Amino acid sequence: MGKRNKIYLILYALGIFVIPVFLRNNYHLMVLNVTALNIVVVIGLNLLIGYAGQISLGHAAFFGLGAYLSGILTTTYGFPVGPTMILAVLITGTVAYVIGIPTLKLEGHYLVMATLGFNIIVYIMMIQLDRVTGGPSGFAGIPPLRIGGFVFNSDRKIYYLFWTISVGVLLLSLNLIRSRVGRAMAALSHNEVAAKCAGIDTEKYKINLFACSAALASLAGSLYAHYITFISPGTFSIFYSLQIVTMVLVGGMGSLWGSVFGAFLLTLLPEFLHGVKDFSVLIHGLVLMGVLVFFPQGLFPGILQAWMRRRESVQAETAGGKGT
Amino acid sequence: MSLASMVLQFIISGLTSGSTYALIAIGFSIIHNATGIVNFAQGEFVMLGGIGMISFYSFAKVPMLLAFFLTVFSVAVVGFLLERGPIRHAKSKEILVLVMITVGASIVIKGLSMVFWGKNPMTFPPFSGETPLLFLGAVVMPQSLWIFGITVSVVVALHYKYRRTMTGKAMRAVAASRRSALLIGIPVDRMILLSFTLSGSLGAVAGIILTPMTTASYDMGVMLGVKGFSAAILGGYGSMPGAVVGGLLLGVMESLAAGLISSEYKDALAFLLLLLVLFFRPSGLLGMGRLRRV
Repeated sequence: MGKRNKIYLILYALGIFVIPVFLRNNYHLMVLNVTALNIVVVIGLNLLIGYAGQISLGHAAFFGLGAYLSGILTTTYGFPVGPTMILAVLITGTVAYVIGIPTLKLEGHYLVMATLGFNIIVYIMMIQLDRVTGGPSGFAGIPPLRIGGFVFNSDRKIYYLFWTISVGVLLLSLNLIRSRVGRAMAALSHNEVAAKCAGIDTEKYKINLFACSAALASLAGSLYAHYITFISPGTFSIFYSLQIVTMVLVGGMGSLWGSVFGAFLLTLLPEFLHGVKDFSVLIHGLVLMGVLVFFPQGLFPGILQAWMRRRESVQAETAGGKGT
Repeated sequence: MSLASMVLQFIISGLTSGSTYALIAIGFSIIHNATGIVNFAQGEFVMLGGIGMISFYSFAKVPMLLAFFLTVFSVAVVGFLLERGPIRHAKSKEILVLVMITVGASIVIKGLSMVFWGKNPMTFPPFSGETPLLFLGAVVMPQSLWIFGITVSVVVALHYKYRRTMTGKAMRAVAASRRSALLIGIPVDRMILLSFTLSGSLGAVAGIILTPMTTASYDMGVMLGVKGFSAAILGGYGSMPGAVVGGLLLGVMESLAAGLISSEYKDALAFLLLLLVLFFRPSGLLGMGRLRRV
C-alpha cells in the first residue's frame, strides 16, 4: 500500500470511528451499519469487475445465501454463530466456484446471464422452500452476534464491529492489489492474452476472484442476518444485485476508494428520496445508464480527473502569465 | 386422460411458450451478431409489446390488426432510440460498458412502465375466441395456433431477408467480420441501428402473441429475457436456426418438467439447462463450435 493510501486510510478510519459520537439517532446508525456491509459487498464485486473484467448480477443471491445459511443453521439447528458464518462463506464460495468454472472459461459475458439466472433461482427457492426458509413471509428470530460473553445487541455496538470489518476488508483489498497476485490481476484486466503469455493462469485467477467476491458477499449477508435478526426474500432480489453493480460502476471499475464512495452515495441517496419511493427503480436505472454513458471510468474518478485537469490548466495559465 | 395424451398436451403447450422464447432468442442473436453485446433490454421489448398492445387495443380501442402494427412499430422505435441514444453516445465502446448500459436501459424501461401502467398484470382477449380445439385427445387453444403461425411466418420472413435481400446480406457480412464489412463499404453503423430496431420489433411480436395466454405486467421482462437467452445458448449463441430449435426445446422441456415433476421449479429449469450447456457444450446444439475460449 502506498504512503498516500496509508494516510487516506488512517484519516478515513478516524473519521468513521468518530462519527457515532455525534449521532444520537439509532436509525442513522442503522443506515450507516448497512452502508458498512454494502461497502464489503461492493469492494468484493469491484475486485471481480475491475480486475477480472467480468460482471456478476447475482451478488444478491450470494448475500442471501450467507444470510439464509447463517439464519437457518443457527436458529433451526442451534449451530454456534461464528463457525456457521465461516461455513456459510465456504459453501457460498464453493457454489460460486462451480458456476464460475464453465462460464469464466468462455470469452464474452456468459457470467452476467448465468449469475442473473442464479439469482432468480435462489430467490424462487427462498420463496418455495417455505418449510425451511419461512417462504415469502420471511425468517425471524435469528440470534444476535456474540463474541465470548459479549452480545452485539445495540446499533452502536454493531457500528464498531461492522466498520472494523468494513475498513479491514478495504485495507486487505488495497494490499492485495499491490501484491504479486494484484499485479497479475491488473495484467489480466488490461489484456488477457498478454497476461496469459506472461505465464499468468488467467482462468484460475478469474475463477478464484469470483469465488472470493461471492464469499465476501456471503460474509456480509451473514452479518446482516445476525444484525437485523429477520430476513425475507425481498431483500435478496435482483434489484439488490443491480444496486451493488451500480455502486461499483458509479465509484469506478477497479477503484477501491471509488467503491467506498459509490456505496456511501447510493446507500444514503434513497434516505433523502423517501417521498418518491416508486421512482427508486427508475432513478437507479438512470444513474447507472448516465454514469456509464458519460463517465465510463466512474463518477468519482471522472469528477476527480476533471478537477485535476482544471487545476492543471489554471496552473498552466498562471505560469504562462508570469512568463510574459 | 391417458399419459400419452397428457404428454402430448404438455408438448403442445411447451411449443407455444417455446415459440416466444425462440423469437426472443433470435432478438438476442441479431444484436449479438451485429455488435457482440448481450442486450439485456430484450426482455423489456417483450414486456413493452404486451403492454403496448393492451394500451392500443383495449384502452385506445384501435382495431386489432392496426394495434398490432402500431405496437410493433412503437417498440421498434424504442430499440432504435436505445441504439441512437445511449449505445451510440457511450464514451467507452468496451463491451462490458455497453452491456451494462443495456442493463441500465432495461431498468429505466421497467421503471417507466411501472409509473405509466402501474403494477397490476393486464391482459387482452385472444385473437380469435377461446373455444378450444381437440387434437389427438389434447386441447389446443386457438391462440396457440396463432402463436405458431406468427412465429413461423416471422422466421420465414427473416430467413428470406437474410438470404435474399441486400440489407440482409450486409447484416450477415457485419456479423462475419465488422472490419471487412466496413472496408467493402457497408454502412456498419446503420446495420447496427437496424439490428436494434429489428430486435425491438421481434420482442414486440413475442410480447403481443404471448400476452393473451399469460398476462402482461411491468416486471415480466427479466424472466422472459433470461429464458430467451438460455434458449439462444442452448441452440448455439448467434445462430438463427439454433435460436428456433433452442427456444422450442426449452419450452417443451419446461412444460414437461412442470407437468410431470413440479410446477414450482419450472422457472429454475431454464437456468439449470443454461449451466449444463455451458458446462458440456458451450457452442450449443447447432453451434459451429467456433466459440473462442480465452
